[in-house]
Amino acid sequence: MKHTKTLNTKTLKETACKGGCGECQTSCQSACKTSCTVANQECENENNK
Amino acid sequence: MIHKYKLNGYNIALDINSGCVHVLDDISYDILDYIDGNMEKECPCDIIEKLSEKYNKEEIVSCYNELYELYEEDMLFADDDFLKNAAEKLKEYSPIKAMCLHIAHDCNLRCEYCFASTGDYAAGHRSLMSYEVGKKAIDFLIEKSGNRRNLEVDFFGGEPLMNFEVVKKLVEYGRQREKECNKNFRFTITTNGVLLSDDKIKYINENMHNVVLSLDGRKEVNDKMRKRVDGTGSYDSIIEKYKNFVSQRGVKDYYVRGTFTRNNLDFSKDLMHMVDLGFKQTSIEPVVADEKENYAIREEDLPVIFSEYENLAKEIIEKRKNGQFFNFFHFMIDLSQGPCVIKRLKGCGSGNEYVAITPEGDIYPCHQFVGMEEYKMGSVMDGSFDNEIKEKFAAANILNKPKCKDCFAKFYCSGGCNANNILYGGGIDDPYDISCQLEKKRIECAIMIKAALSE
Repeated sequence: MKHTKTLNTKTLKETACKGGCGECQTSCQSACKTSCTVANQECENENNK
Repeated sequence: MIHKYKLNGYNIALDINSGCVHVLDDISYDILDYIDGNMEKECPCDIIEKLSEKYNKEEIVSCYNELYELYEEDMLFADDDFLKNAAEKLKEYSPIKAMCLHIAHDCNLRCEYCFASTGDYAAGHRSLMSYEVGKKAIDFLIEKSGNRRNLEVDFFGGEPLMNFEVVKKLVEYGRQREKECNKNFRFTITTNGVLLSDDKIKYINENMHNVVLSLDGRKEVNDKMRKRVDGTGSYDSIIEKYKNFVSQRGVKDYYVRGTFTRNNLDFSKDLMHMVDLGFKQTSIEPVVADEKENYAIREEDLPVIFSEYENLAKEIIEKRKNGQFFNFFHFMIDLSQGPCVIKRLKGCGSGNEYVAITPEGDIYPCHQFVGMEEYKMGSVMDGSFDNEIKEKFAAANILNKPKCKDCFAKFYCSGGCNANNILYGGGIDDPYDISCQLEKKRIECAIMIKAALSE
C-alpha cells in the first residue's frame, strides 16, 4: 500500500477462539507491582500462535 | 472504533477492536475524520469535497480505497462481536496460579514512599515468614491451581534477602513438589539490593526466573527517598552489587526498577542514568500515594510526565537505530503475539488468580491490600478461604467498567490495577483517573516506537 502501512495483521478476534488457557504470566509478577500493563505479556499457548 | 493521534512525526491509527496499528500519510489520516465506522466501496463525494482544498481528487480516492481494503479485512473499524464469546469464557472459574510471598515483613531501608509502611505493612511489628508457613503457602498454591501448570511465586517483602535461608529452602521445597504434581514453578524475587553478596547473586541467577532490583535513578534522587535506617542514602551500597549481578545474569529476565515522585518529574533522566550504568532492562513507576503526600503525583503534573515519556520513547528509538538496546518495561508491547483477548479483558489477576501471603500465613488479594482487615481472604494455616471475595475480584473486567467502554487503551491495560482503583479511584470498577491517563500516554508512545522502528 502507498498511503498506509499496517504494523500487525493478527487481530484480537483471532485470539478469542483459542485463548483463555491462563498459562501466561500474571500481570503483577513482572516489574509493575503498583500498576497494570498487560500488552507486553507473552502468550504461552502454542495453539494460539 | 479507532484512536488516531500524531506523535513524533507519525500519524497513527489504532483500530481498537482488531488491535491493528496503521501508520498513515497525511491524506489518509485526514480522511479518517470523515468516516464514522461504516464504509462504502466508493469514496463518498462529501469526503472529496471536504478535502478538495488540501488534496487532489485522485489522491483522496486512492487513499480511501486503501482504507476500504483494511475495512474489508476487519482491520479498520472492526466490530467487537467476538467479545460475547470471550465474556462467556470469563465466567469460567480461574484457578489461583500466582502468589506474592511476603517472606519478610521487615526491611533494612526506610523509603519515604513505601506503601508497605517501610516493611511492616502498618502491623506495628516486624516479622519474618517461617519455613513452615512458606511450605503451607506453596501447598495452598498447588492445591488451588487446578489444571494450571505454570505457577509463579514472587519472594517479596519488606526485604526478602533478610530471610534468605527460608527463600532457599522454599525453592527446594517447590522444586520437589513440582515434580510430584506436574507443575512448573517460576520463582522471582524483588530486592533493594543492600544484602546482595556474591553467594546470593549466584544463587538468584541460578534459581530465579525474574529479578526486580530497586533503584530510583540518580544518586540524589534515589537517596532522597530510599534511605537506610540511619537516614543515609542507599545508592552507594547497591550500585556495584547491581552491576555485578547483571554482569552474571546472562539472558535471563531482570528489571532495574524505580519509582518516580513529584520530586523528580524529570524521571527520564533517572531512567537514562540506569541505562548509562549499563542496565538494559529498566522500569520506572509513578509513585502510589495518598494525594495528601507532598510527593504524590497530581493532575497538574501530567503534561510534564507526558513529555518525559516522549523523551524516553525518543531515546529508545535513537539508541536502537544506532544498534544499541535498552528496554523500558511500560513501552514493551507485543502487537502480533501478545496475550489473547480473554486475558486482556481482565488483566489484573489480584484476588482471583493471584494472592499475597503474609509471614503469618494470612491471604490477601495482593500485596497492596495486606493489612486491610476487610480484604483478608483466609489463612494457609487453617485452610480457610473466602470465595466470596475471590468472586468479587473475578467479576472485575473491562466490560463492567463504564470508563473503559470507549477507551482506546482498554485492551492494553485491561482496566488497570485493582488496588489502584479501589484505594485511589472510585472502586474496583471505577479506574483511578491519573493511572489511566499515564497508561494511555505510555501506550501511545509504545506504539509510536513500533512505527519508528518499522522504517
